[in-house]
Amino acid sequence: MDMYSENVLDRYRSPRFRRELASAALRAHDVNPVCGDDFTLFVQLGPDGRVVDASFTGVGCAISTASADMLCEACIGKSLDELRLLDKDFAYSLLGVPISAVRAKCALLPLKVLKLAVYSHLGQKLLEKEGEFG
Amino acid sequence: MVGLIDVPRVRADFPILSRKLPNGKSLVYLDNAATTQKPVQVIEALSDYYRSYNANAHRGLHALSAEATDAYESARKKAAAFIGASARETVFTRGTTESLNLIAYSWALANLRKGDVIVLSQMEHHSNIVPWQFVAGQTGAVLRFIPITPEGRLDLASLDSLLSCAKLVSVTHASNVLGTINDVAAISRRAHEAGALVVVDAAQSAPHLPVDVSSLGCDFLAFSSHKMLGPMGVGVLWGKRELLDSMRPFNYGGEMIREVSFESSTFVEPPLKFEAGTGNVGDAIAFGVALDYLSEIGGLGAVREHEKQLLALMLESLDSLGAVVFGPSDVHERAGVVSFNLPGVHGHDVASVLDGEGVAIRSGHHCAMPLMRALGVAATARASPYVYNSLDEVDYFIASLKKVKRVFGSGGL
Repeated sequence: MDMYSENVLDRYRSPRFRRELASAALRAHDVNPVCGDDFTLFVQLGPDGRVVDASFTGVGCAISTASADMLCEACIGKSLDELRLLDKDFAYSLLGVPISAVRAKCALLPLKVLKLAVYSHLGQKLLEKEGEFG
Repeated sequence: MVGLIDVPRVRADFPILSRKLPNGKSLVYLDNAATTQKPVQVIEALSDYYRSYNANAHRGLHALSAEATDAYESARKKAAAFIGASARETVFTRGTTESLNLIAYSWALANLRKGDVIVLSQMEHHSNIVPWQFVAGQTGAVLRFIPITPEGRLDLASLDSLLSCAKLVSVTHASNVLGTINDVAAISRRAHEAGALVVVDAAQSAPHLPVDVSSLGCDFLAFSSHKMLGPMGVGVLWGKRELLDSMRPFNYGGEMIREVSFESSTFVEPPLKFEAGTGNVGDAIAFGVALDYLSEIGGLGAVREHEKQLLALMLESLDSLGAVVFGPSDVHERAGVVSFNLPGVHGHDVASVLDGEGVAIRSGHHCAMPLMRALGVAATARASPYVYNSLDEVDYFIASLKKVKRVFGSGGL
C-alpha cells in the first residue's frame, strides 16, 4: 500500500508533463506487452545541448504514469550525457516509494523509453557525422 | 444447501488456504483461472507415488513398475470417464498448450494445404492462436476469426461464410477472459456440415462445468490438470479414435515404438503412440485423485451451481461499484471468470491494492492480446473463483475494491 503515496497518486491523476512536444529533437515509444502500458517520450534540446522541455503521451498504471511524469520533470536542464547515465535507482528515487519486484517493469518503462530516445538520437548524430566524412 | 459444495469442509482440505501472507493478511485466492490450489489428497498422492511405488510405467516386469503402470492407466481411465470418453482415445500431455500443439504438428501439418481455412475465434487464448499461425505459415493455410458481439458472445451469424473452405475449427469452450460459455455443440454441427474438424479448448470449461465429448460433438478436446485441483505439468488430449489412428506421432523415442531396427521403426497404437519418452506418471496419478476429489465433493454439477452463486454476487456487487464488467451478464452464460475494470484505475493498480489486502487476482491481457484489442482495452483485472471460495470471500473482495476506489479517489479520474 505504501506504493500509492499521495505524490504518486497526484502525478497519476494530474500529470504535469502529459502532452505532445511536436518539435522535440528526441522521441521514442515503447510498450510493456504484459500490462499494455504504452508511452512516447519527447525531449527538446536547447542551443547548449541541454534539455529545455520534456513530455510524454500514452497510457499506463499509476506507477508507470507517475514515473513518466517525474522523469520528464527531472530531465530538464540535463545534458545528453547526463541522461545517458541515469539508472534505475534514479527512477526509483524519483518515485520515492518501495516498488515490489512485480511492479519494477511499470516503474522503469519510462526510463527505458527515455534511454531509447537518447541512444537513437546519438546514433542518428553519429550517422550524420559519418556522412560528412563519407 | 442440498447439492451444493460444503465450503468449510472443502477448505479444510487445502493447506495453502490457511497460510498467512508476508503482510500478515489471510489469503483470499481468486486467481483460479490461472491455476487452482491443490487439496491434501492430491499432494499426498504425489508424495505417496514417490515414497511407495515410483518406477517407470510400461517398462519393467518388477512389482513397482506394475503398480506404477496400473495407477497411471487407472488415472487415464478416470480422465477419460470425466469427459465421457474411452481411455484408448485419451492421451496424456503436459497440458492444454501441448495438446493443441500435438494436433497442430501431427494432424494439421500433415493434412492442410495452401488455401485451406482454419477458423478460430476472437476470444481465444494465445495457446489456441499461435500454434495455428505456425501451421498457417508452414502450409499456406489461412486463419479466420469468429467475431464477438459487444456483450462478449461469439457472433455466429457469419459462421457459415467463415466455414467456406474450412478444414479445421478450433474454439474455446469457455473464455478465460470473458467467462462466456460457447455453444460448441452448434459450432461442431455446422463445422461438420462444412467438412471441417472441430477442436475444443476446454482448459476453462472442464474445471467448472460438466463436459461430455459426445454431446459437444467435437473431434478433439484439450484440458489441463492444474486448473482443476491437479498438479502442473499434466493435461489431456482427447481425440476420436480413427483420427488418432491416422495421425503421425508427435514426438519420437521410447515408449511409443512397437519395433525398432537401425533403419526404421513401427509404432504402438494410440494413446501411447503420442506419449514418447517417460511419462509424467506421478502427476498423472495425482491428477486422477483430483478428479476423484471433484466427484466426491458433489461433482461438476455441484461445482457449477456453487460458482453460479458466487458469480451472481460478484456481478451484482461489481455493478453497484460502478465497475465495467466484460462478458455476458447472465450467470447461466458464463463460467467462473469475471474480468472488469474500475474506471480510471489500471488493472495492475487494482491487483496491487488487492494484493495488499490478501486478495489474489490477475491483471493484464490474460494471454489474449487480440481479444483485448477487440474489446478496446489495454488490460483488465480478473477474478476467478472455485470450489473453496465462499460468499464471504466475495464480500471481502468487494470491500477491498472499495478500498481501491478510496485510494484512487472516486472523482476526477
